[in-house]
Amino acid sequence: MAMLLASDAPLAPPPSRTGTPLVALVGNPNAGKSALFNALTGARQKVGNYPGVTVERHTGRTALPDGRPLDLIDLPGAYSLDPSSPDEAVTRDVVTGAGRFEATPDVLVIVVDAGNLDQHLRFACELIALGRPVVVALNMVDLAERDGLKLDPAALAGGLGVPVVPTVAVRRRGLDDLRAAVAAALDGPPPPARAPEDDRALRARARALAKAAVVSETPTRRWAHAFDSVALHPVWGVALLLAVLFTMFQAVFSWAQAPVDALDAGVAALGDATRTALPPGFLQSFLVEGLLAGVGAVVVFLPQILILFAFILVLEATGYMVRAAFLMDRIMASVGLSGRAFIPLLSSFACAVPGIMATRTIADEKDRLTTILIAPLMTCSARWPVYTLIISAFIPDRRVGPGVGLQGLVMFGLLLVGVAGAYLAALALRRTVTKGHSSGFLVEMPRYQWPRLGDVALGLWTRSLTFLKRAGTTIAATTALLWLLASYPQAPAGQRQSEYSIAGRIASGIEVVVRPIGFNHDIALALLPAMAAREAAVAAIGTVYAVDDPESDAGGQSLAEQVRGRWSLPTALAFLMWFVFAPQCISTIAVTRRETNGWKWPLFMIGYLFTAAYVMAGATYWLAVLAGL
Amino acid sequence: MDMAGRISPSLNLETLPRRQGATVHLIEWSRLAAPEARRLRELGFDEGIEVEVLHRASLGRGPIACRIGRMTVALRRAVAAAIHVAPTAA
Repeated sequence: MAMLLASDAPLAPPPSRTGTPLVALVGNPNAGKSALFNALTGARQKVGNYPGVTVERHTGRTALPDGRPLDLIDLPGAYSLDPSSPDEAVTRDVVTGAGRFEATPDVLVIVVDAGNLDQHLRFACELIALGRPVVVALNMVDLAERDGLKLDPAALAGGLGVPVVPTVAVRRRGLDDLRAAVAAALDGPPPPARAPEDDRALRARARALAKAAVVSETPTRRWAHAFDSVALHPVWGVALLLAVLFTMFQAVFSWAQAPVDALDAGVAALGDATRTALPPGFLQSFLVEGLLAGVGAVVVFLPQILILFAFILVLEATGYMVRAAFLMDRIMASVGLSGRAFIPLLSSFACAVPGIMATRTIADEKDRLTTILIAPLMTCSARWPVYTLIISAFIPDRRVGPGVGLQGLVMFGLLLVGVAGAYLAALALRRTVTKGHSSGFLVEMPRYQWPRLGDVALGLWTRSLTFLKRAGTTIAATTALLWLLASYPQAPAGQRQSEYSIAGRIASGIEVVVRPIGFNHDIALALLPAMAAREAAVAAIGTVYAVDDPESDAGGQSLAEQVRGRWSLPTALAFLMWFVFAPQCISTIAVTRRETNGWKWPLFMIGYLFTAAYVMAGATYWLAVLAGL
Repeated sequence: MDMAGRISPSLNLETLPRRQGATVHLIEWSRLAAPEARRLRELGFDEGIEVEVLHRASLGRGPIACRIGRMTVALRRAVAAAIHVAPTAA
């Protein structure tokens, strides 16, 4: 586990207390803690990392019934106070008041799943024995009732010796009662501390308490089992999964078309307005050809990214994602990975950064490392601007079947090349540098649940902000810099600006290296800013053509048309293949460094992926040339 | 487990027929890797509890989904094979 515990960041001192009480939500995974946290704090929450460890820290604010403010912290899910992962270690340190991360919470809200008391009361008993003020939130009572389980909260409170409040976080039920109970616990005496018990004793007590709290129980979840009979079926389940994935990727392209076009028109209108408002000169060209051409080319992809994230958030919220992991386990096992790796890898289709962070749920170090190393091969949303530009320029928009377009098919093909590359890379890595035992697949399947619109919307809002922030900072800065380097010195008549300028001369140096794989001067120029973020390649091409020919935009020639005029088909295909493999994303490299606690693995990742990119792009180019394309 | 003498010794969670209720009578903890054994305990597996196989991912090799308490837990066959069970009378 050593690699999981980053030690570079200094430990921040516990935040100073200004009289606002601190309440921590704590409980087993899948108890609905995060939903409860969202319900209590709404949008007034912050997501960050605990200092020194790569564990997400969610904090927010709510108010007690008497109006007093309350700081709330959502702790990582844990099974016990004996940590088996960095997440669980954080939880233990906060609730036991080790003071490593923050002030000791004044009240613990222990969240338990009403439908799974046998399990969740074990940790609850361990927490109550600490003798700190606690309130138990008996969460998801509606699901338990739907499953035919009727509970008596008063009996449970009597058995545990602490207040118990029934809640349904996703329906906002029981929240006022919970706030009132927290206020009472703040002012009242804590329960008596008990001597720590061993695992078996805790388990036995949990079972007895759960049994005593049940009023009536019918064996149930018939429809859920019936659905699982299909969803987990060796044939139908796989067919369903493929259908879900296909719908997801199809939706990304067809649903997004209208908003993408609208954004495109908006960017163009903004450019025209700037041209009218400002006199021709440095500032006007900088804003229109530099910033707008660059940032605008990226921002228009926001709708596609949001649709993909919406699918992933819904799949996770419904509980289907773990079913998908179940189906994929066998394939994952064949390359020495766990089915669990499927979830971070699927998230990596949106962005490798959250994908790599999601590998924290994989217990085995080698297993996790392999997943991190192959995550950048999943076709992340940053590649779409690149793929879409090239595909729309070179692949005819033809139907090849009902509802299936040739352009979409090529996109799907690129995606499959990435997956196949990841498969082979995992196979090779597990036999060499990350050799070791697999951590297996042993996981609780969450119950099916209808996702709450508000939670999905909140998730999408956070992702949009992150994306726009990136477009506004990293991408804006690289394109602005590129524009400056590409605009000066001014080329004399008869010479191309993109070759005469400083950037052009740097690119000529790179061109020597990439010429053998069919890349031209434009591409060499685009590869540099793409190091910051892949989509900057599109922005860069947009900027380069804008400085070469400032009138082109006004002439109504789209970027795709310009690219078609200047590149050959083999070059375009090689460029696409390059982006399947090339690790061109500063954020991914940074998060890999953080998650593996050093430079060794990010450097390894850069090395093996660039090699693969060079070889595959070269092979594509020469095969295409030989085929006479 | 005093009933151990009365049950078929070969039956474990891997070989247990689907939808056949059973009681765990022995878990060979020593066959499991330490983190695996630990996770199994955390998920509530123990001698004496009731289990039922719900689904098998693929014919032959994929993981198994079983019901334990009111939970559904997925586990690989190698782990399931270490969990010996006795069928409960219907």
